[in-house]
Amino acid sequence: MKPVNATIIEIRNETPSVRSFVFDVSFDFTPGQYVMVWIRGIDEIPMSLSDHNTITVQNVGDATSALFRLVIGDTVGLRGPYGNGFDLHDPVLLVAGGVGAAPLAPLAEAATGQGFDVLTLIGARTGSELLFQRRFEVAGAVRIATDDGSAGFHGLVTDLNEIADGRTSRHIYSCGPEQMMYALLQRLDEQAIERARFSLHRHIKCGLGICGACCIDPSGARACVDGPVFRGAALVDSEFGRYRRGADGVRIRL
Amino acid sequence: MMTVTGLTLKNPTVLAAGILGTTGASLLRVARGGAGAVVTKSIGCAPNVGHPNPSMVETECGFLNAMGLPNPGYRNYREELSVVRGGRGTGGVGGTGTAEVPVIASVFGADAREFSDVASGLSDLADAIELNLSCPHADRYGASIGIDPALVLEITSAVKDVAPVPVWVKLTPNVTDITEIGLAAEEGGADAVVAINTVRAMAIDIESGVPILGNRFGGLSGAAIKPIAVKSVYDLYGALDIPIIGVGGISCWQDAIEMILAGACAVQIGSAVHNGISVFRDVADGIAEYCHAHGCTVDELCGIAHQR
Repeated sequence: MKPVNATIIEIRNETPSVRSFVFDVSFDFTPGQYVMVWIRGIDEIPMSLSDHNTITVQNVGDATSALFRLVIGDTVGLRGPYGNGFDLHDPVLLVAGGVGAAPLAPLAEAATGQGFDVLTLIGARTGSELLFQRRFEVAGAVRIATDDGSAGFHGLVTDLNEIADGRTSRHIYSCGPEQMMYALLQRLDEQAIERARFSLHRHIKCGLGICGACCIDPSGARACVDGPVFRGAALVDSEFGRYRRGADGVRIRL
Repeated sequence: MMTVTGLTLKNPTVLAAGILGTTGASLLRVARGGAGAVVTKSIGCAPNVGHPNPSMVETECGFLNAMGLPNPGYRNYREELSVVRGGRGTGGVGGTGTAEVPVIASVFGADAREFSDVASGLSDLADAIELNLSCPHADRYGASIGIDPALVLEITSAVKDVAPVPVWVKLTPNVTDITEIGLAAEEGGADAVVAINTVRAMAIDIESGVPILGNRFGGLSGAAIKPIAVKSVYDLYGALDIPIIGVGGISCWQDAIEMILAGACAVQIGSAVHNGISVFRDVADGIAEYCHAHGCTVDELCGIAHQR
């Protein structure tokens, strides 16, 4: 598909560094899927859908800065939804880090809709950066961890008791900084790894499974169509937690 | 089994340059998936990030791309080729297994010197070199060179002097007479030509009037260009003595057979991986069944449209 024209109908400041952009275009999507967002004349970037008509973005680079300069009534091009998304199983344990909460919030709502038991662990740098805490609380129990101790547990979300012992009978769904997800993977026992799903951030260019820019080692799986969600077992002894590739294909250590 | 420029291929399907060729692990996956040979992403002298996105978009009749030759430079890319050979790459985690099919390194440069540097920098890890003289959307590179027969001859000849492996030359269709360029490659010593690269094209967003690709224009691949590729291969077969590898819009075995009848000894597949990497196995199986049903080999089918 060519990019579909989408008008911004609402902008929400979710945290000091994260904004949601609501469009007049809706997608029938599986949580974990993304859309390619074309900021005309600047760049086109992959963004998880945080709702059927919404993306939730942290201002981290040129393209997201350009997005943050847009106002209600401005337009972008959207194509998607792309990627595999999360497959849901009961009971659910969500582990969100920072803006990684974006694809997990609609997953929590989908799980609740199916009557599943949902427990969410949210990690953030500081209390004001906790994203979608209310949405997760509506879906089930929530535990909080912040790096600076300004809210909840003072420390890493992966050190919370719910996962620190590595044995959980819940199906884990995680999205956040790769170091956080890697720490999570390392804490899990074999059974928990089998039940875990991680949403990876890689340099997606085409989104169509053709160009190969986002392939991961050693499987060669394409993050854009075979992912971005990968089973824990598929990430053991992989590049996950070690390196990724830049736009030129050169490996970047994490 | 068949032989193309001295390389042994288990079947006549080859992964086209620029597709799933950024990493060694990805090339291994395609080789395992059934390709008879794999061609890398086009590699140059130095790391290059390519054009801004959108760099590829699906149109009503194919895919439009302007990646802009993103690549890590040949020194870094040696790590990826070592993965294809079963290694891990320095500080890497490797791939799965080792390529049991020929691996062809696609190279590009601004002049004969750059082409030679990259080709000689990779030829110990590659079974053949493919010269990208046809990328339609990178200033000073690719087709801006590939439309000039004198430059094609000079570069092909320079690479032949330094590369101890077969040299394939990939041709652009964006010329008046592709045989003129093919003959220049042959005269320069090319072991085979590959035809065709993408066809210059663009798409414009009608809401905003903005060209969609970050580079504004690019190259078209997919079903729309297959008839153009068939005609190019047909013409080259009539003019050249060296083998022709056919590429452009092949997505099923019928497409491949048509290309072979026009004069291709093997085919490359690119955009069709969009529908699944199993396309190589499916096309190869279909070709084998067709040959069996007609009691002939791919060699015997090659170019027979010229006699009908």
